[in-house]
Amino acid sequence: MKILVCISHVPDTTSKINFADSDTRFDTNGVQFVINPNDEFGLTRAMWFKEKQGASVTVVNVGGPETEPTLRKALAIGADEAIRVNAQPEDGFFVASQLAKVVEDGGYDLVIAGRESIDYNGGMVPGMLASLTGANFINTCIGLEIEGSEATATREIDGGKETVKCALPLIIGGQKGLVEESDLRIPNMRGIMMARQKKLTVTEAAEAPGRTSVVKFEKPAPKGEVKLVSPDKLDELIDLLHNEAKVI
Amino acid sequence: MQTSMKADLFEAPDYYHLDDLLSDEHKLVRSACREWVKREVSPVIEDFAQRAEFPEKLLGGLAEIGAFGPYIPEAYGGAGLDQISYGLIMQEIERGDSGIRSTASVQSSLVMYPIWKYGTEAQKKKYLPGLAEGKLMGCFGLTEPDHGSNPGGMTTTFRDMGDHLLLNGAKMWISNAPFADLAIVWAKNEEGRVYGLIAERGMEGFTTPETHNKWSLRASATGELIFDNVKVPKENLLPEKSGLGAPLGCLDSARYGIAWGAIGAAMDCYDTALRYARERIQFGKPIAATQLQQKKLAEMITEITKAQLLTWRLGVLRNEDRATSAQISMAKRNNVEMALRIAREARQVLGAMGITGEYSIMRHMMNLESVITYEGTHDIHLLITGADITGFGAFK
Repeated sequence: MKILVCISHVPDTTSKINFADSDTRFDTNGVQFVINPNDEFGLTRAMWFKEKQGASVTVVNVGGPETEPTLRKALAIGADEAIRVNAQPEDGFFVASQLAKVVEDGGYDLVIAGRESIDYNGGMVPGMLASLTGANFINTCIGLEIEGSEATATREIDGGKETVKCALPLIIGGQKGLVEESDLRIPNMRGIMMARQKKLTVTEAAEAPGRTSVVKFEKPAPKGEVKLVSPDKLDELIDLLHNEAKVI
Repeated sequence: MQTSMKADLFEAPDYYHLDDLLSDEHKLVRSACREWVKREVSPVIEDFAQRAEFPEKLLGGLAEIGAFGPYIPEAYGGAGLDQISYGLIMQEIERGDSGIRSTASVQSSLVMYPIWKYGTEAQKKKYLPGLAEGKLMGCFGLTEPDHGSNPGGMTTTFRDMGDHLLLNGAKMWISNAPFADLAIVWAKNEEGRVYGLIAERGMEGFTTPETHNKWSLRASATGELIFDNVKVPKENLLPEKSGLGAPLGCLDSARYGIAWGAIGAAMDCYDTALRYARERIQFGKPIAATQLQQKKLAEMITEITKAQLLTWRLGVLRNEDRATSAQISMAKRNNVEMALRIAREARQVLGAMGITGEYSIMRHMMNLESVITYEGTHDIHLLITGADITGFGAFK
């Protein structure tokens, strides 16, 4: 089984977010980047398939050279090879178009993408990729088993779960549940050394202009000051909630 | 056993953008170790330290992550990483706890290193892979009850009995001794020449009583090595180097790791104090807004930054095989004292909270009291620098 795991290179959740160029560009200065958590769950599941059922695992990212450490980490965790499509990810359609070319060239049986990346939270790429390649698609996947050429996937739906079966080739939008947080792997030193020797192919981007462009980023309004009200002054609390906060 | 519910919020300071001096691989090594420490060490370490128990369950994780012999060649089970990677691993583990770092230091620099550098091919093949996997744990016996700063005066001896070596003597303050499967023991032959021998648990007359009631490195197991007419096979002698330079070569490697490790402890104390000072309100404002607290915090980050530069440069010299023992002494001495002072100042920033196990500071402070003494005391390292620059040894 040939598995492709799509890896987004996203800011660590503890990063302080700032914008540059009149709030039209995310300022990456001093920001630590990590594998998108939804993709990391997928990568870990892919490693499970590799070890238990025999599979090759390729990881792919659409991004500049600055994203290579993130791909190297995936290789250190155990992926067999990596592909970087050399382009800045303009929008979801652009990324899906680039990935579609990689998927078609590679002939993968299973493509695991994260349900969404935690930076822009677009959530469009897996669905668009399935549409562009004509593969089957299961989104918000919280469990995945493969037997022969058939997949059994569990999806999160409103108020419950749904189990579906479908044939490979398949693209999933994965999330926590594919594996648990405690299953996530930390690369070890030997894996880091072995990652040096693994193939990281850089391909040029296909022609696919983005369909959206950023006009402006805004941060959430800063939190207001906290007012402490003594427990024996409930009238004052009600007055503040009614007249100042205007919530009751 | 209790596990701490408190999240490990550690964020490493990098005031001078020293990350730019590191390769992507170095940063991956560091982030992997940091993640492991946050996941496996931070939640349990305080409880083990309070109970003065070594967390043996961490040994498998230390081996899995590759903390045992990271610079030992892959052919012998190591990862073949460079010296800066080794330093960063030590930094991150000591950020969790000096006792855990000590276990990894001893295994790597004081057990695997001498077998790799001074051992036969058969010894390397026999021991190194198991040591890298943590299936074998080792310890290092140089210090004796009456010979600490003066190891050359050691009284542990071995005699050639024809078909075996007969080992007699005692070693003290030995990290990992209570659970180690083997010990690298330094002893004099009949001509008074120092050699390393591999003593194995189970050899008749070899015992390892534990040292109790420590106020420092409480989550690390310390003990004695006692040899009472122990018959050691001749093939367990490390033949490739003899004289005091052999154990001192191991100590160079370990002290280099300590210089990095101390930065980890200092960073943890600084990070904790900075966060606390910003949040702790007195007189209607955060204490971080007061001059005396700022003085403490500003001096801490200055000293950490200087220490980071010192060790990074020393790492480059080690990679080029150009670092001298005296240069390593300077870094070990400077960085451990720096960390100890920061721990004490950070403790004051936290006021009474600083004395509790809710925070890591006092544990680091007590650990560092050992670190400033072991592997060459603070004073001895000063005399090494003194001898190096003046040409006059002032030890005796």
